[in-house]
Amino acid sequence: MMPFIVEWLWSDALVWLLVVAAIGFALYTRRHPHLRAPWARVARSASGMAAATVLAAFVLVGLMDSLHYRAALPQQGGKTAYATEVRSLLDRVLEPLRLTREKTYSAPLATHLYAKETVQLQDGTEARVFPRLRHGGAHLKDPQADWCLDVAMKAFRGLTFGLLLWFVVAIGICAAVARGRDAGIEMVWRDAWAGRTEVPWRAVFCALGLLCILIGPVAALAPYYHVLGTDKVGQDVLYQALKSIRTGLVIGTLATLVMLPFALVLGLMAGYFKGWVDDLIQYLYTTLSSIPGVLLIAAAVLMMQVYIENHAELFPTTEIRADVRLLALCVILGVTSWTGLCRLLRGEALKLREMEYIQAAHAFGVSHWRVMMRHITPNVMHIVMIALVMDFSGLVLAEAVLSYVGVGVDPSMISFGTMINSARLEMAREPMVWWSLAAAFVFMLTLVLAANLFADAVRDAFDPRLIVGGRS
Amino acid sequence: MSALLKVTGLSTLICGGPLPVRAVDGVSFDIAAGETFALVGESGCGKSMTALSIMRLLPEAGEIAGGTVELAGENLLALPESRMRDVRGRRVAMIFQEPGLSLNPVMTVGAQIAEAVTRHTALTGAAVEARVLELLDAVRMPDARRRMTEYPFQMSGGMKQRVMIAIALACDPDLLIADEPTTALDVTVQAQVLELLRELQRSRGMAMLLITHDLGVVAQMAQRVAVMYAGEIIETAPVDLFFAGPAHPYSRKLFESLPDRAGRGKTLAAIRGTVPALTRQFTGCRFAERCDSALAHCADTIPQWGAVREGQRAKCHLYGSDERGVMSDERGEASAERGVMNDERTSPRETAVRSSLITHHSSLLQVEDLQVHFPIRKGLLQRVTGQVKAVDGVSLEIAPCRTLGLVGESGCGKTTVGKGLLRLVAPTGGRVLFDGTDLLTLKRSALRGRRRHAQIIFQDPYASLNPRVRIGDALEEGMLALGVGATAEERATRIDALLAEVGLAAEVKGRYPHEFSGGQRQRIAIARALSVEPQLIVCDEPTSALDVSVQAQILNLLKRLQRSKGLAYLFISHNMAVVEYMADEVAVMYLGRIVERGTVAEVLRNPRHPYTQALLSAVPVADPQAARPVIRVAGDLPSPLNPPQGCHFHPRCGAALPQCATQFPDEKTFSASHATRCHLYDRA
Repeated sequence: MMPFIVEWLWSDALVWLLVVAAIGFALYTRRHPHLRAPWARVARSASGMAAATVLAAFVLVGLMDSLHYRAALPQQGGKTAYATEVRSLLDRVLEPLRLTREKTYSAPLATHLYAKETVQLQDGTEARVFPRLRHGGAHLKDPQADWCLDVAMKAFRGLTFGLLLWFVVAIGICAAVARGRDAGIEMVWRDAWAGRTEVPWRAVFCALGLLCILIGPVAALAPYYHVLGTDKVGQDVLYQALKSIRTGLVIGTLATLVMLPFALVLGLMAGYFKGWVDDLIQYLYTTLSSIPGVLLIAAAVLMMQVYIENHAELFPTTEIRADVRLLALCVILGVTSWTGLCRLLRGEALKLREMEYIQAAHAFGVSHWRVMMRHITPNVMHIVMIALVMDFSGLVLAEAVLSYVGVGVDPSMISFGTMINSARLEMAREPMVWWSLAAAFVFMLTLVLAANLFADAVRDAFDPRLIVGGRS
Repeated sequence: MSALLKVTGLSTLICGGPLPVRAVDGVSFDIAAGETFALVGESGCGKSMTALSIMRLLPEAGEIAGGTVELAGENLLALPESRMRDVRGRRVAMIFQEPGLSLNPVMTVGAQIAEAVTRHTALTGAAVEARVLELLDAVRMPDARRRMTEYPFQMSGGMKQRVMIAIALACDPDLLIADEPTTALDVTVQAQVLELLRELQRSRGMAMLLITHDLGVVAQMAQRVAVMYAGEIIETAPVDLFFAGPAHPYSRKLFESLPDRAGRGKTLAAIRGTVPALTRQFTGCRFAERCDSALAHCADTIPQWGAVREGQRAKCHLYGSDERGVMSDERGEASAERGVMNDERTSPRETAVRSSLITHHSSLLQVEDLQVHFPIRKGLLQRVTGQVKAVDGVSLEIAPCRTLGLVGESGCGKTTVGKGLLRLVAPTGGRVLFDGTDLLTLKRSALRGRRRHAQIIFQDPYASLNPRVRIGDALEEGMLALGVGATAEERATRIDALLAEVGLAAEVKGRYPHEFSGGQRQRIAIARALSVEPQLIVCDEPTSALDVSVQAQILNLLKRLQRSKGLAYLFISHNMAVVEYMADEVAVMYLGRIVERGTVAEVLRNPRHPYTQALLSAVPVADPQAARPVIRVAGDLPSPLNPPQGCHFHPRCGAALPQCATQFPDEKTFSASHATRCHLYDRA
């Protein structure tokens, strides 16, 4: 019998399809010098590469969270039964965080609850005290005396491991570069730090070092303490923040993926055919963009919710239900956000259709379809690429806002938006519970900032106006 | 003679790429007060950079690396920027090539001139306005008082250039730098602007640095000339000596590559190779690799200035000392002669093809009353409120293996004729008979089969190739679409053959267009048109974006292909010399209609229509002694949206009769081929 069965959620399938497509695109790009050139320029940008390193860490977490399975239950009789709960690989890795639930709020690295409770003392009297946490710092005999030293020791050990990990990865990268260049690892290492390599490895190493310095101590402390505290129902905030990453990434990528065909096909058709086709498409997108987006999204999400409730038999588990709702959100976000890119592409197609190479193709009687595929689409790809990476961060933020308003993802699904939403009331508490909001804020800021910096590097590399000496 | 401007050893670097480009490399010259000094050279030779260095207006990546620029004894390069701003406009003024881009579109032209006046003089209020008016009158702006309050978009190119000149003159500068002042203008307007500049310069005693690529403009305007090549001046001479006998082999080649009627049967002399990259350090003569009269030591010894004649100097080893100079001069001529003879031989097979096709008499293409109107839509419901009659009843005829030249100024509809008869724009009316079939009534699918017989070559070699498609794929596209060549191997062999035919190596198949120069791209575009074995090629200004030496290569190629393949060309151009060289018959277009047609000799030697006469007299000729009757045309080309009644040309015509304003003239024939539409010949 298998210890688990793999459970493919719809969003998982799409995420992995996207990964496969990205790898395919990378391989295709490698073989075409004109496609490779702008990416090589991206690779030469220090801020872009540092941002890409941070993004890669986020993507790694997101991908780990996109491998779902159902564990086998303890055998009862001859038949193997599987749990109804769908867990991901990330859940498995973060088991200690997921399972160590407290009763309610506790501050980061705390050993006691954040709220007083009435407990019965041994002598029978009752007293209002801060009780010890069930898991956080439970190994300490005397928290008052030992806490400080214990945290420092664990953090230091974690830091050491982190630096060791950083060194191993950095040397690994150097070895890979050295193999490609046929040079010694040591020389590549020295070149990288002196800034003499073509790809700014120094920036990558710095970003990687920063990540390792943060991850090491956190990883060392996490099994013993709640590093970022716990929320109202006692769930670990660090776990929530890590789970939110996937939601953000899925929304950011899948919504763009939904938007892209609309924008590309309609924009190019409008610009290329002009006349009534153009009029029709223009009316469509001006109408669509004049409806308030939130309204449209709220209506669609509520309709989806009703549908799910009425057809409960189609969605057996809560995870599947939440996943379908997430996908629905991606679709509706995509459907409402294609107008901007569509307008850009229409303008570009209007310009390109008058180019002489298009006229030459017409003189050969080349079909409209082929002209659009072969001559126009490749020449607008830089705009598409820039728009995609720039929209990504906008969509991650949009998810947070929508979930906050209550029309975003399923309440049972952990996301930055739901974290902020539940932290909303805690801000008004006295004393204030700040860590939920702070954790969501820091994680989201890092993700969006990295995405924006990377988008800037991509834009600089693809924008033909910024390339000096393009015509030689 | 005391020099007003003295430039010594000026060097300018451009540091954009991995290696600095020596755009200007040790240029020295001086200009006396009241003198016109011309700087001639092909694109990329550094002439504009020289002007910008003098004005200290270099782009961000540019940097003056050495030398001095002295204006009346004061070194401009040492001045602080605040003092330099007083020099610009006040003592040295500049006008640029593109008048449309040098004026601010949201300011009235009066305000723009006033800006220059108030910046450099103490005038205020009404005095400024009076001065602006005076300046507009000086540049002979018609109706100056009204024009002052107009915006640049309300003016034509020629008028905008007049405004630019007025701004430049605002403070009576000592030196005017004119960077290709007429390149963007039509010949008739160019003639007006050049005459204006000449007159202003004479009356104000202003010195002028004229930068141009057009030897004809130099001959008309300048007193002294300097030829630039690859960042340095290689020859300077007084104009009459220069045009009588250019000394440097490069200058001589420039003259030889100018097309004209005298050279019709012959192949034009083209300079082989390309301009060397200016990033490298030169150890010998920069022209040595492309020079026919190169000596053994040309490649490794940098030539010094050698005197050729009184006042004429060249940077060439042929003129090291006087007696050797004369000797090698003759040798150079001889070799040039030999080049012409070599190129002229025609293989017997080609002659056979040509003669067999000439005997085939019926016309290949017959265009009858072609009309292309563009509707103007206005308002919410996009109702048609008018028609731009870009082409309004044009009839043409092209026989196999012949070239019809279609000439006219920009906006006269000549390109639209070319595109209309290939149905790249939809014609409104008329018939286009190709081998007896009317192309205009065919369905899209039926037309596709006919597409292979007629192809087109475009003007801009940078826009005519898709930057994302490799050369081999670009050439294959037409064959795939029209089913030429059944298998992939067959097409590949054809592509190799086509590339060889246009003088490119087969290896270029796998490369992308950005790796090629303008001339090479135009060769690729020609190969693409040839890929489907057409009988007719529409050449839409195929050489107007190219330098003269490259133009010569392309014209030679087109001529050779015509001989070997029996092609017919519809050659659209605004350049009279090129048409005179290429065409057998000529049609002159004005505002959507053909006003005169006939053989080259008939139309260009004996023009009948006043417009043709004016057009021909406006073309600058590369000979300062040429004495020709000057027929000046007033004003600009009217808008085709609202053409004048009757004969379109009558408002600008010097010989207009009363009936010209009401009635479009009928065609008058002078011989079997020569015909014109003008009321002057009504009685004849």
